[in-house]
Amino acid sequence: MKPQPDKQPGAGLLEGRPRVINVGLAMFADDLVRQDVEVVQVDWRPPAGGDMALSRLLSLLAD
Amino acid sequence: MTSALSVAEAIRAGNSRALELMLAANPVLVDVVPAWKAIDGLSEHTILHAGPPIEWARMCGPMRGAVAGVAVYEGWASDLDEAAHLAARNEFTFQPNHHFAAVGPMTGLTTRSQPLLVVENRASGNKAYCTINEGLGKVMRFGGNDQSVRERLAWIRDVLGPALGTALQQCGGIALKPLVARGLAMGDEMHQRNVACSSLLLREIAPALAGCVDHQDSLTAMLSFMGGNDQFFLNIAMAMGKSIMDPVGGIEAATVVTAMTRNGTDFGIRVSALGDEWFTAPVEMPAGLYFPGFTERDANPDMGDSTIVETIGLGGFAMAAAPAVAGFVGAGSVREAATFTRRMGEITLGQNPEWVIPSLDYQGVPTAIDIRLVVETGIVPTINTGIAHRDPGVGQVGAGVVQAPLACFESALRSLAGRLGVS
Repeated sequence: MKPQPDKQPGAGLLEGRPRVINVGLAMFADDLVRQDVEVVQVDWRPPAGGDMALSRLLSLLAD
Repeated sequence: MTSALSVAEAIRAGNSRALELMLAANPVLVDVVPAWKAIDGLSEHTILHAGPPIEWARMCGPMRGAVAGVAVYEGWASDLDEAAHLAARNEFTFQPNHHFAAVGPMTGLTTRSQPLLVVENRASGNKAYCTINEGLGKVMRFGGNDQSVRERLAWIRDVLGPALGTALQQCGGIALKPLVARGLAMGDEMHQRNVACSSLLLREIAPALAGCVDHQDSLTAMLSFMGGNDQFFLNIAMAMGKSIMDPVGGIEAATVVTAMTRNGTDFGIRVSALGDEWFTAPVEMPAGLYFPGFTERDANPDMGDSTIVETIGLGGFAMAAAPAVAGFVGAGSVREAATFTRRMGEITLGQNPEWVIPSLDYQGVPTAIDIRLVVETGIVPTINTGIAHRDPGVGQVGAGVVQAPLACFESALRSLAGRLGVS
């Protein structure tokens, strides 16, 4: 059976005005804000700044 | 520790106990006594200082200036030059205040003859000590050391200290937790703003002081000194903080910070499960506002034991309670002040229900800094601080905000993992 393009997940995303959640680097959100796009910025960074050894210790010390 | 589960259980139990002790503390300002009487082992030629351990060779300018000044004040040297020579020849013994249940603001020097505020934590039965605040301007805690500084210290030693001690004994002490709670509601954060608490304290102690001082002129001088010093309560808040945190030290597996402090060269922290061990990193430079005629080029790096105030959830952690401070230290708008407090909530285990912030819908101040949360998030404690001139003898040049260095928390975490056998 031929797929129905309008039934695919996410197919309608760009039909209306996008509402965006940006996780991590704020510059992507800043660009969208400048284009008058509604954005929620989530202040997230990798655990321990991406230090794998410290991340491992944190997981061992989790309660 | 043999399994991940037992480590997790031990940490949970340890941190629960640490937070419980902090919240149950009952600090009361009970007395003022000479340092030699309060602190065992505070011998002649011994100088206690702010921050983690440091020797003369690595001390910053204001710390050296204060050392020279206090040596003359104690009669160990005839002038500032001789005092500096004696210090360089290792004639003085330097030890951190923190090793003696004491704390001191900025340079934080404590010597035998200085009167110390005594705060008793009646929940745990321990006592903690801090010198009496000297006021603003040219003072020893900012490296001031001239004759006017030494004469003020002598007046505090001979007149104000003994009278305050007698007054406190007569009124049975002053409970500090409710006083701080009122101060938070009146716009204090207890580090860079103590206007409300200083006034509330004066209101409580003035009648007893009037009852025990014979000479009208002397009483007038004392009330004027206390009433004219917006930061008079700071040193009391610091002794209170030390009295709250000392019982939290040495709890098995607890990841809670029990002390944060700086000596103008190094920043140091202690962690409950790791006892008296210091974890240090180079201290950072405050960002803030400067008094007219001074700039950041004049500034000394961060200094003082006063970070014990942040360690108990006040100061920078309670910035939302004190919008006036946000402007004073250059931290921005009222909204940004609330953001500081919310961010500190990301690295703490709980809130203090007795110390609430009206502008945050009566949320408690963020309490019990967890080194794991600091390392995981990269959010470091925010500290409100005074800024000293980098040269000896000048004094305060501004106020600002400074960050605790992340490296202290990372090295403590590695050490804790080793201690618990999970590295």
